[in-house]
Amino acid sequence: MYLTHEAIDLGRLVASVQSAARGGVACFLGTVRNHHGGREVLCLEYSAYAPMVEAECARITAEAEARWEVAIALRHRIGRLEIGDAAVVVVAASAHREEAFVACRYVIEELKRRVPIWKREVFADGSVEWVGVGEAGKRVSGEAGRPASADAGDTAPELVGRMEAESQ
Amino acid sequence: MPGPATPTLTVRVLLFASYADTLGFDSVQLSFDRPATVSDALERLRALPGGQSLPPKPMCALNLTHVRPDTRLSGGDELAVLPPLAGG
Repeated sequence: MYLTHEAIDLGRLVASVQSAARGGVACFLGTVRNHHGGREVLCLEYSAYAPMVEAECARITAEAEARWEVAIALRHRIGRLEIGDAAVVVVAASAHREEAFVACRYVIEELKRRVPIWKREVFADGSVEWVGVGEAGKRVSGEAGRPASADAGDTAPELVGRMEAESQ
Repeated sequence: MPGPATPTLTVRVLLFASYADTLGFDSVQLSFDRPATVSDALERLRALPGGQSLPPKPMCALNLTHVRPDTRLSGGDELAVLPPLAGG
């Protein structure tokens, strides 16, 4: 399982991919920041489309392990996270550091681009906002048309096209 | 009930995060009496209260895989409409 409600145990993830042959281990931790857009953040609430998170993380991990000589460990936490908590951990272990670094980077970038996870920021002023949603999405009734076109959700067809091109 | 000449195509649509907030629900069944695509399902959603604030081409997944809006739907499919992703 790539998703967890529990605190992520980095040491356990490292141990799951490290071996006598794989001496280079690169780790990425994404932790909860205490600020966004100049405002103080109290905590984050992560939610997910869990079955697709599992499917997409398995695909990304398999892609990295096919492309480089690496073993990948990956976890993403959901639920309420406090400042400093690790939301995501990627570990890539390889015989050499170069492949470990590049595969680790690949996994976190693809996760951010493809894996259906969302977060709400709870600000010190009491407001709560979904992260990544344009101004149109923050309003209860957005103006039809123009504001939504700036939404990151518009990029979906390009995402699919690029994934198909990469698989060839 | 569907007649033999016009079999009904039913899919389950899932909404998440900001989209679920905006439309006020996170799951709905949509039925079509002719072949339909992801775009057709999105048009149905736009006709619902709050649906106009969906972007023109939201990210969509069909049966746990990212798809284009012109992808054809099959009976029993699970279509997910995904707000801008924010993992990590």
